[in-house]
Amino acid sequence: MLGRTANDLYWLSRYIERAENMARLLEVGYRIVLLPREGQGFHEEWRSTLESAGCLQGYVQRHGELVSQNVIDYMLFDTSNPSSVASCLASARRNGRAQRTALTREMWESLNGAWLEFSAIKPSSVTSNSLPELLDWVRSRSALYRGALLNTILRNDTYYFSQVGTFIERADSTARILDVKYYHLLPSSEMIGSDKDNYQWAALLRSVSAHRSYRWVFKDHYRPLKIADFMILNRQMPRSLRYSYDELTFALRDLAVYYGTRHDCHTTAEATRDLLLEADIQKIFQSGLHEFVQDFIARNNKLGTEISAAYHFID
Amino acid sequence: MAAAFDEMNGYGGEVRAPYRAFAEWLGIQHMETLRQKSAEAELLFRRSGITFAVYGDEEAAERLIPFDMLPRIISAEEWAKLERGIEQRVKALNAFLFDVYHRQEIIKAGKVPEELVVQNSAFLPEMIGVDPPRGVYSHIIGIDLVRTGEDEFLVLEDNTRTPSGVSYMLENRETMMHLFPDLFSRNRVRPVESYPDALLKTLENVAPSNLDAEPTIAVLTPGLYNSAYFEHSFLADQMGVELVESSDLVVIDGLLRMKTTEGLKRVDVLYRRVDDDFLDPLVFDPRSLLGVPGIFDVYRSGRVTIVNAPGAGIADDKAIYSYIPEIIEFYTGKPPLLANVETYNCRDSESLKYVLAHLPELVVKEVHGSGGYGMLVGPRSTKEQIEAFRARLIANPNNYIAQPTLSLSTCPTLADSSVSPRHLDLRPFVLISDEVRLVPGGLTRVALKRGSLVVNSSQGGGTKDTWVLQE
Repeated sequence: MLGRTANDLYWLSRYIERAENMARLLEVGYRIVLLPREGQGFHEEWRSTLESAGCLQGYVQRHGELVSQNVIDYMLFDTSNPSSVASCLASARRNGRAQRTALTREMWESLNGAWLEFSAIKPSSVTSNSLPELLDWVRSRSALYRGALLNTILRNDTYYFSQVGTFIERADSTARILDVKYYHLLPSSEMIGSDKDNYQWAALLRSVSAHRSYRWVFKDHYRPLKIADFMILNRQMPRSLRYSYDELTFALRDLAVYYGTRHDCHTTAEATRDLLLEADIQKIFQSGLHEFVQDFIARNNKLGTEISAAYHFID
Repeated sequence: MAAAFDEMNGYGGEVRAPYRAFAEWLGIQHMETLRQKSAEAELLFRRSGITFAVYGDEEAAERLIPFDMLPRIISAEEWAKLERGIEQRVKALNAFLFDVYHRQEIIKAGKVPEELVVQNSAFLPEMIGVDPPRGVYSHIIGIDLVRTGEDEFLVLEDNTRTPSGVSYMLENRETMMHLFPDLFSRNRVRPVESYPDALLKTLENVAPSNLDAEPTIAVLTPGLYNSAYFEHSFLADQMGVELVESSDLVVIDGLLRMKTTEGLKRVDVLYRRVDDDFLDPLVFDPRSLLGVPGIFDVYRSGRVTIVNAPGAGIADDKAIYSYIPEIIEFYTGKPPLLANVETYNCRDSESLKYVLAHLPELVVKEVHGSGGYGMLVGPRSTKEQIEAFRARLIANPNNYIAQPTLSLSTCPTLADSSVSPRHLDLRPFVLISDEVRLVPGGLTRVALKRGSLVVNSSQGGGTKDTWVLQE
């Protein structure tokens, strides 16, 4: 496979995953903003939403003040925001179009269809009432693409690079949500274990689609420590850091077998997975959640760079 | 102009034999249903991304070529005749290419003027003495045919460089079978789906000799923004080979290599969809970003096969075109089975005189033009347009040829409010290596505007599925 092809497949998956994560974050932010609250509550909510999405700086430069309509527009439609849903779908489709030969017809058609339909939406036509529907649509198109991929692609390097892209993006996104949203909800480390603001915790879990699965797993109320445990260390939760790294190491191991060579990226991924495997949530809190997550994000970025070098993504 | 020959109705009266079953079917269709199916077809094309970029039209960066659902039908006997004529023609074109880059016997014999060949920009002196595998220069040729009567098929133009459109031949059929499965049970239509396989065989058969392993084949595209990008990726996909851009290729140690996830890998056969000029900045246009520096040296040393060969364009040059009948006789010893359209080379002063006196009746084309750009269709032009063209012609007569305005055949086509006749042509795609392979079918292009004779997709033409019937 061409290095350029691997690069495009990797980014195609990342962009699809990112579009979905944007929709999820926006949905949660919007739900919270709708709540009757006092003071600066909704500003804080949009701030943390934009920050989790990695778009706060760009937003402030463009719009300044936090205004719901502007935030929604910036995260959904603004093509000057490289992470907006519009930009993600356009980039994913551009990568896919460059690699038509690597995609199955089902994958291409779901990708192209999503892009065509989204391009036809007029931002001004999106009202408060239609927003949830639109966000659902984004998630369903991402699911359709993933489904087409999982059901039709050959299990070779095409599949492995797609998996790597999906889970490196997902790990990054969950880590950011933890670092920003989770952190904001914890007034101070002494408060850990309290049941403060149930709704907010539910919303946090909702942003990783885990508000119901949490109940299934813990059969308990939302408790900050358990939520962190669920998002970081749980091997069943498909958006946890641990699960993302399980999938990442599998895909990388498959690549090593497929090509008959291991690289630095394999060692790095395995080391991070071992860390998650052996970690204990109490200890993470003792030594600092923020530090833990920051370290994780740095490791994840380093892994991305190493993969790109190992497989000649660009020259 | 007299009424044109119609593929379905001839000159009026009875429906022609190959169309009988189809005409019966068409007779019981409702316009509404047809229009619905037509919309469905457009949706299918858009979803699968079969688009075509038109230069100079930024709004429509990805436009669809209109697809007309009513097929063009060719009988078994008609096809058998075309097949023989085409085979003869492509063999002669390749023999001509070999000759002009070697001993130039045909020039010595006085059949083709020397300056027309050696001073032609399509002639590449760098190719002199180069021996491509099996002596084939143009492996993929598109022959543009027009029909002017029951038994009159004429060759309007040869395309020996990088003919495009074959993906439409294949996708049009897919779409038709999807929309009208019942039509295919009423008509015995020969399949075209073997084309990618035949193309792959052709490419394999011209690989450099003495390879240790199966040849590695790749398709070279100028990239995503090229008008025919869809076709490039479609063909690579159908053959299961890599689609590469210039940035994926590099020449190291005298071999062409592509950059893969496992490092550099040798490429043995390159089906390039990049023009000669851009192929190698060290040899041709130094500004080219679409080519690969050093590739021409690798080619000359026989360590990669470039398909079609550089310099193959001299065989489809419009100034050479009028000599093709002589060329066929010279190399095959037989008269051409497929006739040319009568052509006036404006470089010849007698011809020029005639052309200037008859501009309102003639079609005048630039020698190096393509895609329907820079041409004059006399009968469809205003006085001002004709006079403006006359000035250009007088200023540079060598740059033009002229042909009578042909009464191209028509075929029933779905127009705004009814089914009505529109003019069309036909481009079969021929593959040449160890043998000549011709898939029964081709690209039928149709002028969608009433009375228009310009079928080019860049000028508002559409396409039709082309049926060759089983005997």
